[in-house]
Amino acid sequence: MTAPRVLIPVALGTNRDGDLAEAFAAAGAAPERVPLQALRAGEARLSDFQILAVPGGFSYGDALGAGRLLGLDLVGWFGEQLHEAHQNEVPMIGICNGFQALVRAGLLPGDQPAVLADNDHGRFECRWVELAPEPGNDSIWLSGLDEPIRCPIAHGEGRFVAEALADVEARNGVAFRYAQDGQRAHGEYPANPNGSAGDVAGVTDPTGRVLGLMPHPENHVFERQDILRGRRTGGQALGLFASAVAAVR
Amino acid sequence: MTSQWALVVGPGHRHGPESALISAAELFGINVDTITEFRLVHLRGELGADELDRLSRALLIDPVDGWCEPADALEHDDAVVVETGLRPGVTDREGAELVRAAAQLGLPVTAATIGRRWVVTAASLADTDLERLAQRVLHNEVIERWSLGALAPGFVSDQPETPATNHETVLGVDNDALEAISQRRRLGMNLAEMQAVQSHFAELGRNPTDAEVETIAQTWSEHCAHKTFRASITVQNDAGETIDTVDGLLKSYLRKATDTIDAPWVRSAFVDNAGIVAFDDDFDIALKAETHNHPSALEPFGGANTGVGGVVRDIIGVSAKPIAVTDILCFGPSDLDPDELPAGVLHPRRIRDGVIAGVGDYGNKIGVPNIGGAIIYDPAYTTTPLVFAGCIGVLPRDSHPTEPRPGDAIVVLGGAVGRDGVGGATFSSQTMQAETAEVAGSSVQIGDPIVEKGLIDVVMAARDAGLYTAITDCGAGGLSSSIGEMANELGADVDLDLVPRKYPGLAGWETWLSEAQERMVLAAPDPGPILALAERWGIDGSVVGTFSDDGVLRVRQGDETIVDLDCHFLHEGCPRHELVARRQRVTASERTPVALDVVETTLALLAHPTIASKESTVRTYDHEVMGGTLIRPFGGAKGDGAADGAATIPPGTSGKNAMAVGIGVNAVIGGHDAYAMAWHVIDEAVRNAIIAGADPGELSLLDNFAWGNPTDPETLGQIEAACRACHDAALVFNAPFVSGKDSLYNVFVHPDGTPDPVAPTLVITAVGICRAPDNLPLTGVVAPGNEIWLVGPDAAALRGSHLDVVLGHDYGGELPAPEPGALARHQEMAAAIRAGLVASAHDPSEGGIAVAAAEWALAGRCGLDLDLDDDHAVLFGEGPGRYLVEVAPADAGAFAKIVPSARRIGSVTSGDTVRLGAHELSLDAVEQAWKQTP
Repeated sequence: MTAPRVLIPVALGTNRDGDLAEAFAAAGAAPERVPLQALRAGEARLSDFQILAVPGGFSYGDALGAGRLLGLDLVGWFGEQLHEAHQNEVPMIGICNGFQALVRAGLLPGDQPAVLADNDHGRFECRWVELAPEPGNDSIWLSGLDEPIRCPIAHGEGRFVAEALADVEARNGVAFRYAQDGQRAHGEYPANPNGSAGDVAGVTDPTGRVLGLMPHPENHVFERQDILRGRRTGGQALGLFASAVAAVR
Repeated sequence: MTSQWALVVGPGHRHGPESALISAAELFGINVDTITEFRLVHLRGELGADELDRLSRALLIDPVDGWCEPADALEHDDAVVVETGLRPGVTDREGAELVRAAAQLGLPVTAATIGRRWVVTAASLADTDLERLAQRVLHNEVIERWSLGALAPGFVSDQPETPATNHETVLGVDNDALEAISQRRRLGMNLAEMQAVQSHFAELGRNPTDAEVETIAQTWSEHCAHKTFRASITVQNDAGETIDTVDGLLKSYLRKATDTIDAPWVRSAFVDNAGIVAFDDDFDIALKAETHNHPSALEPFGGANTGVGGVVRDIIGVSAKPIAVTDILCFGPSDLDPDELPAGVLHPRRIRDGVIAGVGDYGNKIGVPNIGGAIIYDPAYTTTPLVFAGCIGVLPRDSHPTEPRPGDAIVVLGGAVGRDGVGGATFSSQTMQAETAEVAGSSVQIGDPIVEKGLIDVVMAARDAGLYTAITDCGAGGLSSSIGEMANELGADVDLDLVPRKYPGLAGWETWLSEAQERMVLAAPDPGPILALAERWGIDGSVVGTFSDDGVLRVRQGDETIVDLDCHFLHEGCPRHELVARRQRVTASERTPVALDVVETTLALLAHPTIASKESTVRTYDHEVMGGTLIRPFGGAKGDGAADGAATIPPGTSGKNAMAVGIGVNAVIGGHDAYAMAWHVIDEAVRNAIIAGADPGELSLLDNFAWGNPTDPETLGQIEAACRACHDAALVFNAPFVSGKDSLYNVFVHPDGTPDPVAPTLVITAVGICRAPDNLPLTGVVAPGNEIWLVGPDAAALRGSHLDVVLGHDYGGELPAPEPGALARHQEMAAAIRAGLVASAHDPSEGGIAVAAAEWALAGRCGLDLDLDDDHAVLFGEGPGRYLVEVAPADAGAFAKIVPSARRIGSVTSGDTVRLGAHELSLDAVEQAWKQTP
């Protein structure tokens, strides 16, 4: 069986593309980092791939708000390809800046306006967090996760604000919540590092095929990467990537 | 019709009573309640009302609660407004993106700048206070403008015609006139150098152009030519008698140590942008550490920002992919009374906050993890803050080409040239005064890290395809130094009309000299494929000339030749300096006994800003990107314990080896004895690298010197002593220097002429290979019941220790003595770590064993029970070759066999106290002291 192809688009300032490629490769996929200019030039099309993964970084230097200009590129240059892929139930994931861009592009949460606003404390912050997968969410992305994962955040604009969060909650659209020792963070800093309402760290669209999250599961796919290496076991996020790979095989 | 708009975008960010901004205002005695920060957008373009609305919604307004209003229509009740914006020409990535994105939407915007509106509420605020708030807290005049109320837009104005090239008259003029030219152009050249220029051009029978004089000054600057480290030095004792001569510090000490050791793992040392050493069978790693002190003193954010950018570029300049950055920062006390600040000096807190934001911004945006560093606070850094930035990269073995050939095209990749960044090398080679900010403002720049990220992608792809024959970065001196260096053996013909510029109106010499960040120069037999790669990754590229074979550096602009310089004269013509060094007199004295409360003193040490937790800073740096980090700045049971060294697995390598990094720096000992200080910081760097898993048999070192004015014999005496110690310690540790950087003239000259030099500071970075990453010790103690062992002597030196720093007095006694025997202990420790016998380890450095034990216990959230003599030298002494080690009982026998000098001193407990012999501290008290934000 050939490994599913994963498209990792790279804008000027994208920087966790290599990390994301490594995670998908570890999950058995064939990731490809392709610059946006090359996609625009028709070097490849989204339909050549089975998964779309929009990586983290600082696309366009976060000018005019994190993810805004990458979101504009996605809609303006690749709107039709994205629509077609969405129709074809192609799994998509946006992590950190990728999440911000998918929100700007209107793909997430997909049923209402939302934004990833400045962290409550107003700073960029890098720290490890615990993420509890939401039990009621039946997205293919979560199918292989049965315990909380640990991974770092690295963002300044990560506070999820939706026009009607209750509607997202009602359709089980929350994918991950910030947690501490298996319990909800309940807004407590630093377990909830940015002040997101409902401790929301990630959401899925109404189809469950599109996932976005602020933390970086791609930075904890191997045991050696764990900040609690030697003190705790488990908590790896490889299952997240493996779930999507399994779904398209 | 072209119109202009000023728009305010909300919701703003509200800085409340607890915020850094409000407390910074308080420091200046300005009491305000809140400051709300809005984005201020100035636009120029042919937009109708509908188009402006479309632009606002697509590019400015956030969903859910965002808005955008004309600036003049927006009123703020019971508040005052200050607006700030960048000076025209300063890098404005956000403004440029707005123009680009508007074009993408079909909206004709011709210019855009992004500034800030600050809305200030206060019970009462005098106009003078508001002005001071704007000047001291909300803006920096070096790069920004401010206004009470509406700020005029800062578009780059239409420049006049390109200024003509001028000549400097050096033929037939006297010495005074020569020196006057150097002064007027801020060349930093002494009389002997000006005379060398005079006689060279006398032979040619013509006067030099402004571009030629500037090219020579940049090439011969201390920054580029390291004149002091190459000078011939007469060494005197303190009676003024000649006792020795040194044929160049670099040649006689640093490079000599490397040559003597002749280590098989060194692939390239001292000759390129960075040192290169072997990593495994397939890969090498490239190492470099830089200083960016002068710019950071003037514009902390931009100075530190471009400091990181510059050192990352050095690594790209040896064809390596940057994989880690480090930063060592030295500041004055953050609570300094503003009234004690000399005119023209920024407050240490302002400098600190700006520098930290600048370091974080660049590293985070370029996507290279910041894996370690240090922050030191000492009054000696108030007027001369220090910023050291390091970078490490990885490259396939033998993949870095270094031989440009005649006929190769000169390819420039990256940012366009502007007037910012002119004269950086000469500026950073001179002392600073109150007026420096005004005259040297154009030497300071803001970085553009996302362009440099693109450069990494382009250069790595070009390297793997074998598309270039040589590469270097545009550092200080811009194209003049990068092309000048590459053309050293060949010659080059450059056409300045082909160099992309940010705006018209630059004089030829400005285009040729401007540093402009984020640019690389490559020599390519066929430039086409490189330019295609650049376009693919969204990076600008152009061919600006050709390498020749006539040994002449020739630069044309239009029909005019503005530079026609013999390469040999340019690179070898600088007269060698002859300097005098006076050896420091090191006085020994008996230590005066001091009565102190051990518990209170330990807590005071833990709370000293140099020792206290740097978590609030380090959290603003991304230390996880690239996914290779094994030992990060913070670890332990709750992720808040400080690590000693850092370890990372370079992406793309097999994962069997990791790279281990240790850093040593000390602000105190150098004032007593620079020789002892240098040895001390080398030992510290080695200890930290070993705890991070390095094998002491194959360490490589980087040196960074920051000193005052080397023409002062006392100062040069300290530098000479430090270099001698570097040589001696390198031989003992079998650790060669592979690259380094000296930053001199770190002196602030007070208005009355009094020089205020920096504390003698040497930063050593030790990099090694960890061959057993799975066996790395953890950060912080791990398990109750484990044994604690001490490696090395119980007692250590108290003179120059942080005990005396917190006591505020020098009580005399012994300084930390160089100890060649420490090597054996480093080797034993490394062997025990490799064998997997060390659960965790910590290095007693600042504050000695008492502080190390407290930090270590807190990191692991376990108690410690240690038998220690009630002796200050045991508890607080600082010295070489010592480790605190945690060993599981089952491993103790094997550990004792491998480390025979180790002595068991106690154990890990499940309690919440740290017992230090007769004294006991609670973990709560330790946490409170150590984690209070400095």
